[in-house]
Amino acid sequence: MSDLTKLTLKAALDGLKARDFSSEEITRAFVANIDAANPRLNAYVVQTTDKALEMARASDARLAKGEGGPLEGAPLGIKDLFCTDGVQTTAGSNMLRGFVPPYESTVTSNLWADGAVMLGKLNMDEFAMGSSNETSAFGPVVNPWKSSASNADLTPGGSSGGSASAVAGDLCLAATASDTGGSIRQPAAFTGTVGMKPTYGRASRFGMVAFASSLDQAGPIAKTVEDAAILLRSMCSFDPKDSTSLDVEAPDWTQSLGKGAKGLRIGIPKEYVVDGMPAEQMDLWEKGKAWLRDAGAEIVDISLPHTRYALPAYYIIAPAEASSNLARYDGMRFGHRADKASSLTDLYETSRAEGFGKEVQRRLTIGAYVLSAGFYDAYYVRALKVRRRIAMDFDAVWDKVDAILTPSTPSAAFAIGDKQVDPLQMYLNDIFTVTANLAGLPGISVPAGLDKGGLPLGLQVIGKALDEATVFQVADVLEQSAGFTARPEKWW
Amino acid sequence: MAIDAATVRRVAHLARIKTPEDRLEPLAAELNGILAWIEQLNEVDVAGVEPMTSNVHQPLHLRDDVVTDGGKRDDVLSNAPRAADGFFVVPKVVE
Repeated sequence: MSDLTKLTLKAALDGLKARDFSSEEITRAFVANIDAANPRLNAYVVQTTDKALEMARASDARLAKGEGGPLEGAPLGIKDLFCTDGVQTTAGSNMLRGFVPPYESTVTSNLWADGAVMLGKLNMDEFAMGSSNETSAFGPVVNPWKSSASNADLTPGGSSGGSASAVAGDLCLAATASDTGGSIRQPAAFTGTVGMKPTYGRASRFGMVAFASSLDQAGPIAKTVEDAAILLRSMCSFDPKDSTSLDVEAPDWTQSLGKGAKGLRIGIPKEYVVDGMPAEQMDLWEKGKAWLRDAGAEIVDISLPHTRYALPAYYIIAPAEASSNLARYDGMRFGHRADKASSLTDLYETSRAEGFGKEVQRRLTIGAYVLSAGFYDAYYVRALKVRRRIAMDFDAVWDKVDAILTPSTPSAAFAIGDKQVDPLQMYLNDIFTVTANLAGLPGISVPAGLDKGGLPLGLQVIGKALDEATVFQVADVLEQSAGFTARPEKWW
Repeated sequence: MAIDAATVRRVAHLARIKTPEDRLEPLAAELNGILAWIEQLNEVDVAGVEPMTSNVHQPLHLRDDVVTDGGKRDDVLSNAPRAADGFFVVPKVVE
């Protein structure tokens, strides 16, 4: 048997169903990969090997009887933002070190009900606040890709860096991730993987550690567009435990693949260009247009005039929501509590200073400032109005186009430590992805080419709310046309 | 609107994050950098625009007003920094 860990999710599911190999075999293969790679890549913060083997054997028993769900026997990695019953869940923070949820998130419950196997919990930026995985209390994740120009360790992006690195490094078939400003799509672009953020409300937020509740959305990182379509369907469901959960069916999105782009109108927003963007990224965007045109699509130039205001609006709204959400970490009922304090207030303040890392503290401080008396209208309310302007930009183009094509990120993966000095430089990573969060729209990043250092670059497709079908259809055309087969050379 | 060390001290207290005196000036500089960049939002014409707080355009779901969960005292206490006899144990708060 060839290396099972190199299979796509789809091929593995077919192989498991045909009993070409057992779930226990493929699970053991992944465990061996993780054991060998994790000291260097640091993608997993918890390995649940015993649980994985137990789940795999249960899957094998079901498969032997010709039973099993849509993900039966498939070993997956879970971002450490999803609460998992009886398994430590920290969201990458010392505040939650040792926290063992007595309940399961809805997204992961759906995966286990569909037969998936849990390999472990994946590293991430602390509370999903970061674009390089460097804010994790467990240390940065390393990207399996290296530039031909340097041997430096690169970041896999963030915040779902563990998920992206694990998928790119064959440490799981696919992984769950979450996206508040680009945390699925940017790491996918940095690692040559596919990352899909669905419409806000498609996947339940119950049991996901909250960052910015009006923006947070779960989605998959996978090896192919088809794999992302398979995993997303299992993740999504209507959930009465999440008041923003949408009461809609998750269709079989694999039906959207292989249909070409005939009759589709693809918008090219002129505002999705930034200074210093590498020529390869601009060229790739041009290629993307040509591929879609060849597949029968009509390319339409459009304008989304408020695009440049999306990121500053996000850096008011997300910290404001975070400062409210993270108020729960007071050291009383769960989470870190300081040993010594002179008063109750001092205990709160010391526990939070010890439990939260620097970037989380920075954002909570910004959040408290923009919500404070005298600044609330000038900052927070203005940002909410700008957010509506951004959503209105999209509303205004949907009668002219069916989907929008943009670059996923302004650059390829950068070296660990490169953007540590100025927080603004780090924030700019999300410049092309954050608009879809503010407007609640589905967006996918597809690997489509390499830069001059041989590092992957992604193209993003944004669609109408609840029209993941068209997003997957366009992504499939890009994937087929790009013929992206490059893989990181194993050095770990 | 420039932020000074005194403002950082006040805001850090609002956020309940203990911030040592020698961190106040560097934090003020960082926050000023970020807020100066955010100031560009003032260029946007937002006259007559309603603030947008949610992407969800459906009415809230209502359910029957019945107990759906509970009786999980030990689960609730399982992650407490300190617990005893079925209660959270916290430092004395009446001073």
